[in-house]
Amino acid sequence: MELSYFAIIIGAIFVNNVVLAQFLGICPFLGVSSKVETSMGMGAAVTFVMAIAAVVAWLIQTYVLVPLDIVYMQTIVFILVIAALVQMVEIMLKKMSPSLYQALGIFLPLITTNCAVLGVAILMIQKEFNLLQSVTYSVATALGFALALVLFAGIRERLDFEDVPKAFKGIPIALITAGILAMAFMGFSGLV
Amino acid sequence: MNKLQIILSGIVKNNPTFVLVLGMCPTLGTTTSAENGMGMGLATMAVLIMSNLVISLIKNIIPDKVRIPAFIVVIASFVTIIQMLMQAYVPALYDALGVFIPLIVVNCIILGRAEAFASKNSPFDSALDGVGIGLGFTLALTVVGAVREILGSGAIFGVSLGIADYTPLIFVLAPGAFLVLGYLMVLFNKLAKK
Repeated sequence: MELSYFAIIIGAIFVNNVVLAQFLGICPFLGVSSKVETSMGMGAAVTFVMAIAAVVAWLIQTYVLVPLDIVYMQTIVFILVIAALVQMVEIMLKKMSPSLYQALGIFLPLITTNCAVLGVAILMIQKEFNLLQSVTYSVATALGFALALVLFAGIRERLDFEDVPKAFKGIPIALITAGILAMAFMGFSGLV
Repeated sequence: MNKLQIILSGIVKNNPTFVLVLGMCPTLGTTTSAENGMGMGLATMAVLIMSNLVISLIKNIIPDKVRIPAFIVVIASFVTIIQMLMQAYVPALYDALGVFIPLIVVNCIILGRAEAFASKNSPFDSALDGVGIGLGFTLALTVVGAVREILGSGAIFGVSLGIADYTPLIFVLAPGAFLVLGYLMVLFNKLAKK
């Protein structure tokens, strides 16, 4: 598959936004998006983990699963690798950069259950990207996730002051807001 | 707990989609038609019943500390089995659901039920809980899928209603998923309160 890096980046951030067009990582999107500040922290943590997970998943796929002819083990291997990776990142950050750990710490355990990380690992293998393309794709996807999260948090901060009907409170109004945001992002389709 | 109650509570009182708000990614991502929603629901239900049963059987031999990774391995194994079965017997559905089939692994409903129910109850009750929650999830996905299919492509389960010229395509596309689920939740909240 021949795709320029620029097309991969624009495609992953805007056209096929991971949250608003591909529906991956909805749980953190709805869960930690009530404040702009925390959503930025979550976005940064996801970007960090996704980039590392992409490299590791690509290496495992290319040098372990394919040569051994056990590609059907992909799901099991990837989820275990991601879970272990998140743990490792957490321990290493704690030792090496306490300030970064302070900022990202509480979001890290949440990432294991973020289906976007596993989803991107599987998708980039499906798209037959090489290592550099995979990293580009995963970082761009994570940036798209962060962008959607921050935009959404901004809207929700203002929504707090609005008089929302009782049956709409909480998740329903959040979903409808996300729907309108997704409509706005549809304007990007056709860019790539 | 009464056996029938276990099943019923999963469908209404603890409905995974409308009440617990779990497993949102497949709920939004696969419900472009009633058939796809139902297929996803049934695949998840199959994994849920098997993983609940097995986890309940082995709960006493797993050390508490490695509980979660052990659960994930059990769940991932069943997901892989379902994935292979679907690829072999329902290839069209397999292609339609795409990446969401391997992603059943990270569906919080399954790990949630393993932790909250199967690790504390007998194997038979756990399997029943899987049936109940699975039915609740399947029902919710089928409803969301049906509404989107009717509004977006004027058909239900692939049968045309003859109104396809008047339906806005947006409901089959991404924004429609958010809007339909949001309004259905409002409806559920309204009805459940009475």
